[in-house]
Amino acid sequence: MKGVYVMSRISATSSQTVNVRSLLDEKRSKKLKVRKLENIIPYLLLLCALVSILTTAGILFTLLRETVGFFSEVSIIEFYTGTNWSPWSGDFGVLPLISGTLLITVIATVVAVPLGLMSAIFLSEYASESVRKTIKPILEILAGIPTVVYGFFALTFVTPILQSIIPELSIFNALSGGVVVGIMIVPMVASLSEDAMNAVPNSLREGAYALGGTRLEVAIKVVVPAALSGIIAAVVLAISRAIGETMIVTIAAGATPSLTMNPTDSVQTMTAFIVQAATGDTTFGSIIYYSLYAVGITLFVLTMIMNLLSQYISRKFREEY
Amino acid sequence: METKNLKSRVLKNRVMKSLFFSATVIALLFLVMLFYRVFSQGWGYLNLNFITSFPAPYPEEAGIWPGIVGSLMLMGIVAVVAVFIGISTAIYLEEYSPQNKLSEFIRVNIQNLAGVPSIVFGLLGLTFFVYLFGIGYRLLAGGLTMALLILPIVVVSSQEALRSVPAEVKEASYGMGASKWQTIVRVILPAAVPGILTGIILSLSRGIGETAPLIIVGAATAIYTLPESLLSKYTVMPIQIYKWTARPQEEWQFVAAAGIIVLLVILLLMNAIAVWIRNKYQTRY
Amino acid sequence: MIEMEKQSVNPVKEETASSNIFEVQDLNLWYGDDQALYEINMDIPKYQVTAIIGPSGCGKSTFIKTLNRMVEMVPSVKTTGAINYGDQNIYEEKYRVEDLRMKVGMVFQKPNPFPKSVYENVAYGPKIHGIKDKKTLDQIVERSLRGAAIWDEVKDRLNENAFGLSGGQQQRVCIARALAVEPDVILMDEPTSALDPISTSKVEELIQELKKEYSIVIVTHNMQQAARISDRTGFFLNGELVEYANTNQLFQTPTDKRTEDYITGRFG
Ligand SMILES: Nc1ncnc2c1ncn2[C@@H]1O[C@H](COP(=O)(O)OP(=O)(O)OP(=O)(O)O)[C@@H](O)[C@H]1O
Ligand SMILES: [Mg+2]
Repeated sequence: MKGVYVMSRISATSSQTVNVRSLLDEKRSKKLKVRKLENIIPYLLLLCALVSILTTAGILFTLLRETVGFFSEVSIIEFYTGTNWSPWSGDFGVLPLISGTLLITVIATVVAVPLGLMSAIFLSEYASESVRKTIKPILEILAGIPTVVYGFFALTFVTPILQSIIPELSIFNALSGGVVVGIMIVPMVASLSEDAMNAVPNSLREGAYALGGTRLEVAIKVVVPAALSGIIAAVVLAISRAIGETMIVTIAAGATPSLTMNPTDSVQTMTAFIVQAATGDTTFGSIIYYSLYAVGITLFVLTMIMNLLSQYISRKFREEY
Repeated sequence: METKNLKSRVLKNRVMKSLFFSATVIALLFLVMLFYRVFSQGWGYLNLNFITSFPAPYPEEAGIWPGIVGSLMLMGIVAVVAVFIGISTAIYLEEYSPQNKLSEFIRVNIQNLAGVPSIVFGLLGLTFFVYLFGIGYRLLAGGLTMALLILPIVVVSSQEALRSVPAEVKEASYGMGASKWQTIVRVILPAAVPGILTGIILSLSRGIGETAPLIIVGAATAIYTLPESLLSKYTVMPIQIYKWTARPQEEWQFVAAAGIIVLLVILLLMNAIAVWIRNKYQTRY
Repeated sequence: MIEMEKQSVNPVKEETASSNIFEVQDLNLWYGDDQALYEINMDIPKYQVTAIIGPSGCGKSTFIKTLNRMVEMVPSVKTTGAINYGDQNIYEEKYRVEDLRMKVGMVFQKPNPFPKSVYENVAYGPKIHGIKDKKTLDQIVERSLRGAAIWDEVKDRLNENAFGLSGGQQQRVCIARALAVEPDVILMDEPTSALDPISTSKVEELIQELKKEYSIVIVTHNMQQAARISDRTGFFLNGELVEYANTNQLFQTPTDKRTEDYITGRFG
């Protein structure tokens, strides 16, 4: 009945007519076959999704396997308590590398946290919408600059300036590298902290303004405390970044493993050692080759702890509202 | 709050406001100084010869051509591998995965991978691609390592793009009797492509500036022929820049700065393309 | 009272089964642990407009979506009972939803064209169901757009993105999209609630036209609309089908006190 109606209608507008219904029924059997094939698609996609798990498993496997190889030749106690790192002459005490990493991280944090937090407060509590919209992307440019460029900047610009202030500063030193690593992580601290502050409900602010608080008082006494766990999570994540940063410290901080907390000294970080050893002629299976991984796993575990800590804190933060 | 003198409180607010403002300005100032430094040092060495030449023992003759070619070829490999696996993963997580433990595990795992220092990926590539798979210090090993490194970023940005396609549009497709796969291929992906593309270009621009993992998997510091196949020796721009920076003579700093200008210009181009795609093709719902 | 209610729920019983497009039997539906539909029994006649009315949250959308199984998009949904369509229960295990939805088209509350050209929107159904021939598709697109009374407005903009059309035009493109596979039934969930009065009256006229070829089920918040365009009306309350009758009868002489309260505006 319907078919007839449709056809009479169509004949007015076009010479040929199509019966969609019967056409579709024709195609149906072919479609059923295709549909069977479609059933395996989720499994193919899952296979791809498993690549990320395999990557993690691969990282753990590599680090563990070669590290076990390393500890069969060097005692684990000597490695983690030794204060002398000169692998080419057989001294494998990792503490100087850890202290080098720590020194850089502390300097970077001292630079990045105040700058980042103050920028975040400015952007979130003082700046107008349009100012925020211009400044945030510019800050993100800072985050997108390759680290080798920062390394160049540290060595050829920051170090000479610092040397003119502190004459005894050596060409390669922890201070310059640390300061520039700090600058590199400022956008991260600023942007994540600003997100946390933005998430503070306006009702809290309004309550404080109603009591006659100035912007500063509202920011410091209401917004920052309310956003504190988000801010801490941001800082912890940024610290993790600083620990894993490689090129800036390789270029600017030097290659002298020394157990020092003096920022004017040349130091070597864990990451810088890995680069140094990999650039030299390190043969597969040599003790130096294995030491790369023992240092690598130490670095990995340290950053992982920081990342998990940050995730834990920010998850708690989300529950608050 | 009420007890203190109002005038001094207002003054304090002003002072602190300018302090917060200066902190923001300082961060921006560093950016300006960095650009100024790089351009003032590198401009004189930047010419066609520098772009089209191979490395040389004399600063005036050195060039970044193999680095440019190597970086682009490397990104080619990365794009093919990471884009395919990354988008598939994102589709699985967003469209197929039931809310089960496995997909939750994959999600958490990807988040954690994004926080692993890039140099650790270098160690992964060294063991697996260079030694176990026997590729050696070749382009392919570098490309695969880099692909794994940026995979988490590709996945997360693709997920965001897929998520931005509204449920009503998907419903319309299912309501027509489309299967899940048809809906994904004909509706969801086309609508998400601008977002996915933007994310991929930004991920690649992250990869193109990476140095450390490629040092570990053995990108050469100086080569005198262009890579011809996946199994050629290669170098990339950041590694050439690193090597020039590390030389003690001042002239090499200028060469490094010129190399940085080239790298930054390429990054700027990539970002501009990403922004352009986003503005031009992104559907607003 | 209870007897009267029972009678009013199924007044078409005496007619033959073949005059119904759907026969809903003892349908219950849960979202997780929350029951949203209770024991629905309802025969929906062919080539007529059946309106579903009721206050917000009473289960109108849920019910209409059971007719093409779109409710299953919510993973926690469970149903019992049967909906017979043709000779088959669409809730049987082996019934393919893709086939069902090809024959039972749907138009949604908010116009939801694909972010594609007008042409691609309308050609979508035929294409996914296997029609590739360009000439055939051209014909289908034109016929569907004419059928949805929007051909004259968009015939010069077939390759423009459907998002550029007005809301009313978008909704009619969505109707054309549903018509393109020549379904038996068109389900409409508040199709005019996002439209201005002029677009609304256009869509209402269109529905009158469409019922010559299609069976239509329409959810509406607007009782005047139900009275204007429908042949039969069902009144839902709290997940139950309270009363179901010819539209005139339901609005003029409701048999249930709750129906009367609702249509006289005493609540909801
Ligand atoms: N996806 C869902 N998950 C859980 N409960 C749902 C879901 N959708 C609807 N419900 C519940 O089912 C009941 C009926 O909802 P439904 O959307 O069918 O109402 P409605 O009559 O269409 O209302 P409205 O007029 O507002 O559109 C409501 O109580 C609602 O909360
Ligand atoms: Mg509804």
